[in-house]
Amino acid sequence: MVTTTALEEELRRLAGSVPDPELPVLTLEELGVLRAVHARGTDTVEVELTPTYTGCPAIEAMSLDIERVLHSHGVRDVVVRTVLAPAWSTDDITDEGRRKLREFGIAPPRRHREASGPVDVRLGPTRTAAEAPHAEDEPVRCPHCGSSETELLSRFSSTACKALRRCLDCREPFDHFKEL
Amino acid sequence: MTATVHTSAALALGDDALVLSHRLGEWAGLAPVLEEEVALANIALDLLGQARVLLSMVGNEDELAYLREERAFRNLQLVEQPNGDFAHTIARQLYFSTYQRLLYGRLAEVQGEFAGLAAKAVKEVAYHQDHAEQWTLRLGDGTDLSHERMSRACESLWRFTGEMFLPLEGVDVDWTGMKDAWLESVSDVLHRATLEVPQGPQSGAWTAGAGRQGLHTESFGRMLAEMQHLHRSHPGATW
Repeated sequence: MVTTTALEEELRRLAGSVPDPELPVLTLEELGVLRAVHARGTDTVEVELTPTYTGCPAIEAMSLDIERVLHSHGVRDVVVRTVLAPAWSTDDITDEGRRKLREFGIAPPRRHREASGPVDVRLGPTRTAAEAPHAEDEPVRCPHCGSSETELLSRFSSTACKALRRCLDCREPFDHFKEL
Repeated sequence: MTATVHTSAALALGDDALVLSHRLGEWAGLAPVLEEEVALANIALDLLGQARVLLSMVGNEDELAYLREERAFRNLQLVEQPNGDFAHTIARQLYFSTYQRLLYGRLAEVQGEFAGLAAKAVKEVAYHQDHAEQWTLRLGDGTDLSHERMSRACESLWRFTGEMFLPLEGVDVDWTGMKDAWLESVSDVLHRATLEVPQGPQSGAWTAGAGRQGLHTESFGRMLAEMQHLHRSHPGATW
C-alpha cells in the first residue's frame, strides 16, 4: 500500500509550484505532468515527471528546475525520472491551469468525451463546426473576444502542443492548446 | 526492463523515427509557407522524441545515432528517401504516418516493452497522419500541376511501401491484417484526392526488406554524412 507522508506532500507542493519553462503562467502541477514525489530515506527525493509530447524539449529544463527548488529547500539528492505510462493527456490540465491559459491568450484544450484513448482526428473543412469529436458541443473559443467563430490555420504552431487558429470575429490569430 | 527488450525491433522502429526526423528537419528554411515550416519541424520533433526512447532501449542514443555506419541502420528505405518536391515529402508522410499509426495503435494494446511509448506516440502520430491527409487532398484535388506532382510522388514511392509489413522479430502484431488496413486507409485518401492508387509492385526485387537488413539507397549515405559529421569531427565535445 502506498502512503503519502506529510513530508512528501510538502515536497510535492514545492516541485509542483515550479513554472513550466515554455508556458510560465502554468505550474507543473497545473499542467498535470508531475506524477509522484517519493522521499527515500532521509536525504533522497525521487520525482516522477511525464512529458506532454514524447519529444518535448522542456522536460530537461523542468527536471533541472525541480532539482534546484528541492535542493534550495535542503534536499541533498534529487532524482527526477521520466515516465511515459500512463500517457499524459490534455485532460490532466487543471481547471485553474485552463483559466490561466485563456488569460494568457491561449485557448485551452477541450476535454475528451472519453477519458483516454487516441485522439480521433477526422477530416473536414477547417471551420470549428466541422471538427469532431469535441466540437459539436464545444467550439474552440477565441481567448481574446470569446467568440465561438474561429478557424484552424495550422495544426502545428510555436510548439508541438499547440495549433494556430484565427478568430473570425475579432480577426486575431491565437494559439490553441490542442487536445492530446 | 532491458532484459525483455527486443533490440532488433527497438532499433528498427527507432531508426525509422530518427531518419525521418532528420529528413523532415532538412525542410527548415525551405518549406513553402511559414506554417508548413513549423508543422514539419514539429512532426520531426515528435519523431525525434520517439527515436530517443526507442534507441535508449538498445544502448546509448548518441552513439547509436552518430557513430554507426550506414549498414548498421535498420530503418525502412521509405523514410530515407530524399525530400524531393513538397509532394514527395507529403506522399512519404502519408505512407509512413498511416503505417506508424496502425502499428503503434496495435503495440499500445499488447503488453510489451513498447506499449508505454506506443500509447503516447499514437496520439502524436494521429496529427501527423491528419496533416499528410489534408495536404494529399489539397494537392491531389488541386490544380493540374499539383495533381500531376502528387500523382508522380505517390507512384515513385510506392515500391518502398511493401517493406513496412515484413514482420519484426519480437513485435507481436498481425502484419497481414495491418497491411490490409494500411491499403484501405491510403486508398481511401487517394480516392478522395482524385488520385489513382499505384498499381505497381510494393517492392522491387532488390528493395524487399533491404532497409531492415541494413541495405540502403544511395542518398542515405550522404544524409548520414551530414547528420554525423559534427559529432564525429569533435568527439566528446559538449556545449
